[in-house]
Amino acid sequence: MTGSTGVLGALAAHLLGAGGLVLPHLNYSTILPELILLGGMLVILAASALSPRPLPTEVYATATVGLGIASLIASLVLWRDVTSHGAFTAIARSIDVDGFAVFFLVVVSCILIVAPMFAAGYLRREGITGCEYYVLALISGSGAMFMASANDLILIFLGLEILSIPLYVLAGLDHRREASGEAAMKYFVLGAFSSAIFVYGIALTYGATGSTNLAEIGAFLSRNVITSNGVLLGGLALLLVGFAFKVAAVPFHMWTPDVYQGAPTPATGFMAAMAKAGGFAALLRVFVSTFPTLRTSWQPVVWVLAILTLVLGAVVAIVQNDVKRMLAYSSINHAGFVLLGLEAATARGIAGSLYYVFVYSLLVLGSFAVVAAVGGNGDADHDISRYRGLGRRRPVLAVGFAILLLAQAGAPFTTGFFSKFYVVEAAVAAHSYALAVIAMGSAGVAAFFYLRVVFVMFSDVGIAGASDVSRGGGEIARAGAVAAEVREQDATLLGGAGASAVATLVAPAYVAAPELAPEGTPSEPEVSVSPWVTTGLVLCVGATLVFGIWPQPLVDFAHQATLIF
Amino acid sequence: MSDPLFAHGVGLAVILIVLVKVVVAFAALLVCTMLMVWFERKVISDMQNRIGPNRAGPYGLLQSLADGTKLFFKEDLLPEKADRFVFRLAPLLAVIPAFLIFAVVPVGGVVTIAHHVVELQVADPPMGILYLLALSSVAVYGVMLAGWSSGSKYPLLGSVRASAQMISYEAALGLTVVTVVLESHSLSTRAIIQSQSHHFWQWNVLRLGIVPFAIFMIASTAEMNRPPFDLAEGESELGGGFNTEYSSLRFALFYLAEFMNTITMSAVAVTLFFGGPDGPGFHVVRWLWPILWFLGKTVAFCYVQVWIRASLPRMRYDQLMDLGWKRLIPLSLGWLLVVAGFIVSVAWGAALFGAGVLAAVLLYQSIRVGRRRRESLAAAMAAAAVPRPRPGGNRQGPVDLRPLAGTGKVGT
Amino acid sequence: MGGATVVAAATVPDALTFAIAAVICVGGAFGVVLMRSPVHAALSLVATLFGIAVLFVEEDAQFLAAVQVIVYTGAIVVLFLFVIMLLGVDRKERVLADVFKGQRVVALVLGLMVLAEVVLLGRSRWTTGAHSATGSLEGSGSNVAKLGRALFTAYLVPFEVTSALLIVAVVGAVVLARRPDHRPVEPIEEVEVPLVPGPDDDPFGAVGTDEDAGGSTAPDETASTVPEHASSEPEHEPAEVPST
Repeated sequence: MTGSTGVLGALAAHLLGAGGLVLPHLNYSTILPELILLGGMLVILAASALSPRPLPTEVYATATVGLGIASLIASLVLWRDVTSHGAFTAIARSIDVDGFAVFFLVVVSCILIVAPMFAAGYLRREGITGCEYYVLALISGSGAMFMASANDLILIFLGLEILSIPLYVLAGLDHRREASGEAAMKYFVLGAFSSAIFVYGIALTYGATGSTNLAEIGAFLSRNVITSNGVLLGGLALLLVGFAFKVAAVPFHMWTPDVYQGAPTPATGFMAAMAKAGGFAALLRVFVSTFPTLRTSWQPVVWVLAILTLVLGAVVAIVQNDVKRMLAYSSINHAGFVLLGLEAATARGIAGSLYYVFVYSLLVLGSFAVVAAVGGNGDADHDISRYRGLGRRRPVLAVGFAILLLAQAGAPFTTGFFSKFYVVEAAVAAHSYALAVIAMGSAGVAAFFYLRVVFVMFSDVGIAGASDVSRGGGEIARAGAVAAEVREQDATLLGGAGASAVATLVAPAYVAAPELAPEGTPSEPEVSVSPWVTTGLVLCVGATLVFGIWPQPLVDFAHQATLIF
Repeated sequence: MSDPLFAHGVGLAVILIVLVKVVVAFAALLVCTMLMVWFERKVISDMQNRIGPNRAGPYGLLQSLADGTKLFFKEDLLPEKADRFVFRLAPLLAVIPAFLIFAVVPVGGVVTIAHHVVELQVADPPMGILYLLALSSVAVYGVMLAGWSSGSKYPLLGSVRASAQMISYEAALGLTVVTVVLESHSLSTRAIIQSQSHHFWQWNVLRLGIVPFAIFMIASTAEMNRPPFDLAEGESELGGGFNTEYSSLRFALFYLAEFMNTITMSAVAVTLFFGGPDGPGFHVVRWLWPILWFLGKTVAFCYVQVWIRASLPRMRYDQLMDLGWKRLIPLSLGWLLVVAGFIVSVAWGAALFGAGVLAAVLLYQSIRVGRRRRESLAAAMAAAAVPRPRPGGNRQGPVDLRPLAGTGKVGT
Repeated sequence: MGGATVVAAATVPDALTFAIAAVICVGGAFGVVLMRSPVHAALSLVATLFGIAVLFVEEDAQFLAAVQVIVYTGAIVVLFLFVIMLLGVDRKERVLADVFKGQRVVALVLGLMVLAEVVLLGRSRWTTGAHSATGSLEGSGSNVAKLGRALFTAYLVPFEVTSALLIVAVVGAVVLARRPDHRPVEPIEEVEVPLVPGPDDDPFGAVGTDEDAGGSTAPDETASTVPEHASSEPEHEPAEVPST
C-alpha cells in the first residue's frame, strides 16, 4: 500500500480484506490539468460563498484565466513526459497519456484562457453577477479533458456528462430572456436523450467484447475472429449517435441552431468550442484507435454523416439573417470538416482533424465574442442589419471580426486556410475524392455567407430587405457553389490545395452587387467593447494570423500528437 | 455469509421451515402492532395524568381489537373525485413495506431444527441493510399516492409534505447506516449483529460514537412521520393529512402501517446499534435468552418513541427541512469520514476530524453570509419598489420559475 | 449462494421467477406508454423497475437489485410523481391526439425496426460464440465484495470522477433554480405570451415570495372535467413551463 493511495485505498483494502486486492497506483500527475481545474473551481465556489459581498465578475475571470494557464503549463509538462518517454497508461489503465490526449488538454486549456475574457465583458454588461459562469466553464473543461485522456468507455461517458451538464446550464444562465431558458431546456432534454443512447452503446459494446477499457477492447478485437458481430455493430452505431449529437453532426444537429441562438452569446462560443473539442477527442480515439478492425463498417456511415453535415450546414446558413444563427449553422459545417479527417482514418487525417479543432475553437470563441459585443445590451437582436457600417464606427473591431470570418471561410494567410487544406488533403490521400469535392464545394458556399457579413460591415449601404436577401442569397450561393466546385475539382486533382482560397476570392464578385441597396436612415446601435473582450480578441485574431502566416509549429504539434498516440 | 439453511440444497423440510418462519413473523408482528397501539395510548395517558383505554379486556388490552373490528364494519367510502385504482392501491403500498422490512431483522440466535441450522430471522440476504433502505424508500409511495388519489386539497398537501420529508431524511438515514456497514464489514444484518456481539462496548452505538445513533433516531422518526415530524397530518392545518379521505378498512391499514413502522424501526435500531439479540444468557433454554434480550431492547425503544411523541411539539416545516439538509446530512457525512479515518488509523481519523470541523465552519460561515446577503437584498428591493423601465427594452420578461421555486422550497 | 450453484440449479423455480418478472417488466413498459394519466404511467414505470430488480436478484446481483429499488423507485420516480403532482400536470392526456403529424406512424415503423434488429441480434451468435464475454466479476467472495473490488481497482478513476459529476449537478441545479439576486425582479407584464388578463393583474406579481408560490401549487383535481386550476392567482398558471 503506497502512500499515494491514501486513506481511500487503505480503507478499501481494510474492508475488502486481503483477497488479492492490488490497488492501482494513483499517478496524480497524469490527471493534473483536470485536478487543477476541479480544485480551482472548488476554491472559486467557496470564495464566492464566503465573501461578505458579491465579488466583481472580473475577479472570477482573472482566477479562471489563471487556472487555464496553470492547466496549460501542466499539460505542457505532460507533453514533455510523453515526448521523452512515449505514450503510457496510468491509474489502472483508465487514463491514457499520449500526444493525442495532451493535444486536447492544451486545446481545452486555451479555450479556458480565452473564454473568461469574453464572458467578463458580457456578464458585466448584462449585470449577471456571481461565479456561476466561470465555475461551470471550469467543470466543463475538466470533463472535456477527461474525455480526451480517457482510456475507458465509462470514463468517456462521465467526461461527456461533466462536459455537457454545465453547458446545459450555461445555455440557461440568463434568467431574463425566455429564449435562454428555452435553449437550456431543449439542450438538456435532447442531450440527456443522446447520453442515454450513448450509454446503451457502451452496454452493447461491453456485452460484445467483455470490457469497457479501450485498450482491452482493442486487444480483444485483434485476438478474436468475429463471426457475427451484430451486437458490437449495434453498440458502435449507438456510440456514434451519441458523439454525433455532441459535435452537432447532421442529422443529429436539430438542437444546435435554437440552442446557439438562445444561449447567452459568450456561452454559445464556449459551448461550440468546448463541446466540439471534447466530443471529437473521444470520437476520434474510440473509432480510430479502438475499432480500426471494424473500419470498413463505420467508415461509410461517417462518410454519409460528413456529407450531410457539410452540405446542410453550409446551405442552411446562407438563408439566415440572424448572425448568431448563421454562425450556429456554420459550426455544423465545420463539424463536417472535422469528420473528414475521421473518415480518412489515417494519421494524416487525424492530424488534420486535431489541427482543425484547435483552430476552430479560437475562431468560434472570437466570433461569438464580437457577436456579443455588437448584439448590444440585452443580447437579443443579432440581425445582420446591426452590422451595417460597423467598419466605419468601430474599424478595429470590424477588421478583427472580418479576419475571424475570413479564417472560418478558409482564406489564405489565416489558420482557417490550413485547417481546411489539411483535412481535404487527408481525404484526397485516402482516396475519398467525392467527399473532398463536396467539402470544397461547401467551403465555397460557406465563403458566401461569411463574406456577406464582411461586406455589410464595410459598406455604408444598408440591406434591401430580409426576404430579398434570402432569395437573392440563395441564388448567388448556388452560383458561387457551382463556380467554386468547378474550380475545386481541378484543384482536387492537383492535390486538393488551396481551393477554398480561390472560392473566397471568387465569391465576392457574385456576392456584392444585388443584395445591397442604399437605405436612407440607418439607426446605428452603440457598440461598446470592454478591455477584457479586446484582450481576448487580440489573442484570437493574433493566433489566427500568426499561425496562418507561420503555420509550422501548430501543424507539427498536431502531427506529433498523432505520431505518439 | 449466506443462509446456512440452504447449505445442503432445498428440500421439503427447508421449505416448511421457511414457511413457518414467514407465518410466525407475520402473526407476531400483527399482534405486536395491536399491543403497540395499546401501549402507546396507555403510556401517553399516563404521562398526561389520564387513565387511557381501560374497558375492553384487562387493562384495556383488547381496545385495539375492538377499534379494528369497528373500522372493519364501517362503510367503505370512495370519494367521487378519487382515482379509484390508486386510491385502493395506496394503503397496501403503505402496509406491505412495513411488514417486509421486518423480514431481515434478526430476532434471535441460531437454532437447530431437525438437523437444519435455522437463523431466527425470515431472510438473511447479503445486502440486507440495503433491502431495508429500499423498502423504506418504497414506503413513500403509500403516503404520496394516498394523498394524491384522494382528489382533494389537504390530503395532497399532506402527502407532498410527507414525501418531501421522507426523501430528505432518507439521505441522512442512509449515511448513518453506511457508518455501521463500515464498522461491521458487511451489509448482512446477521453479520452486523455478530460483529457487535459478546460485549456491550462493542455495540455500534458506542463504537461509532453516539452521533450516528442519534442521527438515525431522528431520521427514522422523520421517515415514519411520527411526532415531532408529523407535518403530514398536522391536524390544525391539513385536517387529518394524507389519509383524510380514507375510512374503514383502508384507514385501518394506514394506522396499522404507522404503528408497525414504529416497531420495525425500533427493531432495526436495536439491530444496527445495540447488538440485536446480544446479551448475557444462561445455560438453560439457551435459544430463548437472545430473543428475550431482543424483545426487551425493542420494547425500550418503542417506549422512547412514545416518550418523544408525548413530549416534543411539532416542528415547523422550514425548521424540519433545515434540520434535515443543513444539519443532519452534513453531520452524518462528516461523521462517516471520521469513522472511516479512525478505521484506518488514529492519525487519519484525527486529520479527518480536523478537516470535518474546518468544513463545518466553512459551511456555516457561508450559510450565514448567504442569509445576510439575502437580507440586504430584500432591504434593497423594498427600498426600490418602484417599477423601473427595463434597460434593453427589447427583451422579454423573466421566465417565471415560481412553480419550480416552490418545489425547491418544499425540499427536493 | 455462490454463482456456480445458482447457475447449476437454474430450474423450474428460476424459470418461473424470470417469466413473472419479465411479464411485469414488459407489461409495465407498455403501461408507461399507454396509460392516459401521467401518474398511472409513472406507477407502471415503478412496476417495470421492480421487475428489473427481481431479475437482478435472479442473476445473483443482490446489490444491484437493492440499489435499483433505492435509486430508481425510491428517488427518481418519486421525484417524477412529485413534479406531476406539484405542477398540476396530472390531467388525463388524450393519447390519440397526434402532436406532430405523422409522428405516430414514424414511431411505429422505427419501433418495429428496432424490434426486428433486437430479435436478429438475439438470434445471431454473440461475438465470441459464448453467451457473454464478461467475466471480471467472477471469482470467490460475495457479490457485494466483488463489486467493491472492481470499483477500487479497474474502475477507480470513473468512480472518483463521479464526484465531479455530482458537484456539477448540484451547481447546475442551484444556478437554474435560484432567482437571480443581482437585480430587483422586474414585473412580468411585458411578457408577450398572452396570459389570462385578470382584472386584478398586479404588476408586482413577480415580486412574490416563495410562500405564495407554494400556494399557487394548490392541488389540481384529478378529474379531467376541471379545465383550469380552480385555484388562486391567474397569472401564475399558464405556459411558463416550457412544453418541449
